[in-house]
Amino acid sequence: MSSEIQKILTTDGIPLEESLKKAEKKNKIKAFLLVCPLLLFLIITYVFPIGDMLFRSVDDRMVTNMLPKTYKAMERWDGKELPDEEVFEAFYQDYKLLVEKKTFGKLATQLNYEKNGFKSILKKLQRKLKKFEEGNYKEQIMDVHKRWANVEYWRAIKRRAPAISYSKYLKGMDLIEDESGSITQVPEDRRVHRVLWLRTLEVAFFVTLFCFLMAYPIAHLLATLPMKYSNLLMICVLLPFWTSLLVRTASWMILLQQQGVVNDFFVWIGLVADDNRPEMMYNKTGTYVAMTQILLPFMVLPLYSVMKTISPSLMRAGKSLGGTPFVAFWKVYFPLTIPGIGAGCLLVFILAIGYYITPALVGGASGTLISNQIAFHMKSTLDWSFASAMGLMLLAGVLAIYWVYNKLVGVDNIKLG
Amino acid sequence: MSKNKEFVKFEKVDKSYDGKILVVKDLNLDISEGEFITMLGPSGSGKTTCLMMLAGFETPTNGEIYLDKNPISNIPPHKRGIGMVFQNYALFPHMTVYENLAFPLRVRKMPKDEADKKIDKALSMVSLSGFENRMPGQLSGGQQQRVAVARALVFDPSVVLMDEPLGALDKNLRESMQYEIKHIHESIGVTVVYVTHDQGEALTMSNRIAVFNDGKVQQLSSPDQLYERPVNSFVAEFIGENNTFAGEISDISSDKCKVKVNGGEIIANPISVKSKGEKTTVSIRPERALINPKGGMDNNHKGKIEEVIYHGDHTRVRLSLLGNSDFILKVPNSSENLDIKLGNTINIGWNSQDARALDPK
Repeated sequence: MSSEIQKILTTDGIPLEESLKKAEKKNKIKAFLLVCPLLLFLIITYVFPIGDMLFRSVDDRMVTNMLPKTYKAMERWDGKELPDEEVFEAFYQDYKLLVEKKTFGKLATQLNYEKNGFKSILKKLQRKLKKFEEGNYKEQIMDVHKRWANVEYWRAIKRRAPAISYSKYLKGMDLIEDESGSITQVPEDRRVHRVLWLRTLEVAFFVTLFCFLMAYPIAHLLATLPMKYSNLLMICVLLPFWTSLLVRTASWMILLQQQGVVNDFFVWIGLVADDNRPEMMYNKTGTYVAMTQILLPFMVLPLYSVMKTISPSLMRAGKSLGGTPFVAFWKVYFPLTIPGIGAGCLLVFILAIGYYITPALVGGASGTLISNQIAFHMKSTLDWSFASAMGLMLLAGVLAIYWVYNKLVGVDNIKLG
Repeated sequence: MSKNKEFVKFEKVDKSYDGKILVVKDLNLDISEGEFITMLGPSGSGKTTCLMMLAGFETPTNGEIYLDKNPISNIPPHKRGIGMVFQNYALFPHMTVYENLAFPLRVRKMPKDEADKKIDKALSMVSLSGFENRMPGQLSGGQQQRVAVARALVFDPSVVLMDEPLGALDKNLRESMQYEIKHIHESIGVTVVYVTHDQGEALTMSNRIAVFNDGKVQQLSSPDQLYERPVNSFVAEFIGENNTFAGEISDISSDKCKVKVNGGEIIANPISVKSKGEKTTVSIRPERALINPKGGMDNNHKGKIEEVIYHGDHTRVRLSLLGNSDFILKVPNSSENLDIKLGNTINIGWNSQDARALDPK
């Protein structure tokens, strides 16, 4: 019985494993209690809101709850021709109740998302509702407006029946489920989101690239300069960190506007004509410039922390073995900085993809990103479920990038400091 | 085959980093082809700076360095063709042992099969065949050291520089590596310039040793000369153990002088003293002073035993002698010397040839 022989006992005869568990138990409880506040905080402020967002983005019970009788009556309707009297009567009763409670406006908004023109016919119906007589509601409603006799509007109501809907996600990709239930693209003049997604990716990519190109030499300098200069340089790199984001963005507005400092300088050195000052703000240029400056420290710091660990004798070894300075750099130094490059790029890209304030202030119409669209739906149209859906799509995108990155470079290779 | 006596030549080389202090002062040094020369000195004595100037990582402030008669001050490091072993090995951590060794051959565009042969040869020379695919991080310190040596030799450089290569190893490994490097040098005949602050290492390995202090070469000679015949008190102090007496010359002839010290007079060998009345430091190696000399020695003194330290094969005895209470004797462990007891007074004698009157400290 080898297993019995292998079981090691303590001097008191208790199995060693058990004894170890007992001894460690107190430490484990202590450790858990220490992280408990943070854990609770995370659950309340992070896990719960994201869960809520996920739910909100697919939750579609609003219309269902407002028109309970209608949907009950619609269960037997096949959706091919106009529904019969029963559905019309149920709709009349539901709508009357909403009018009495003065909440019919919400219904109008919701149904208008589904089918344009719903708002006006619902308003008209509300005005005519008082004159309605008992019986034959179908004809009375159809008399209010000819669209009520159009079967597509009734199909639109029926489409809102399920409690869960992915239509917001389709909308985020400029797709729509049409009347027949197949997924098609929205008309060309309404395709706004795909442009924004692509622009967001493009801006994030180029901001990451610019940050990398600028941060690499700075980080190298930081890592190789003598302490007294490198500390000063480090403060210069970190100084923007200590300045409010709004202040920094505002100062870029001062610098970049058409009558701003940079343009004045260009005119002064004769690079551009005074009456032909280039537009550097309220477009993509402004977004690029300001975001690169703001995100630069996030690239510098991981690069610096990696470069700091690379012994200068490695470059010397590369040179003494016959490599030109470029070969020594490219074959020896550069590969060793890849963990820092990976960490910096991932950090900057993920921050850039969800950046909001800077593009909102200096981006103008052609420089706004998907996050500005999300904010727009949160604050202006109050279509929270659509905003949630786009937020989750953004999150999924970030996770996908992280996954690809992990496959390519390996997360273990990331070094943040 | 006549060997170039001035294969590497430092000519009037000065080096200053800040324009105020000279780290290397007027260095003149000839290294002949195939020689193993060690630059030995305390830290801050300028030895590593000399090595870095030879490798091309530092430029001389003044003077010129010649490699095989060509001035090299304006040649960048990668064109000098000098192999170098660094203090912390400087193996490329992201490359395998094979790739590390292939690096100098690849940048020289050597065909792969030829390169493979050279790498095989270099690895077998340091007895690491079969380690080609290991990463440096998977090797022990001694193995990394050997890879570094193999990498510095694999492209057949005319000179190999070693900058305290054994500093990070433990004592036993350091000793075996010393022999290994020495044997490699003997078998391939490459010129080696070795930097260390460990005198044992320098004595074991080198053909010649240049003792550095304060930016200057204090003495350049073979290990035995250095030990037996130090030319000044710094070298005498730095190399091996040493008993010293500070005194003043009271009489001097061509090969002998009398030195008046605190508690008496010593007959010594005048090395760097010329005239009567000069201050001097007399240096005597511990093993050159004998207990109860059998006669024929021109210095005979009585000393009191202050301390006895047992060292296994020998015993170290601290005496107070002629006013010096730190006079050390090394007594071989044999049956003759059993009367060494604390507090005893014994007769000590040495030849005047072994008592070297050097410059005052």
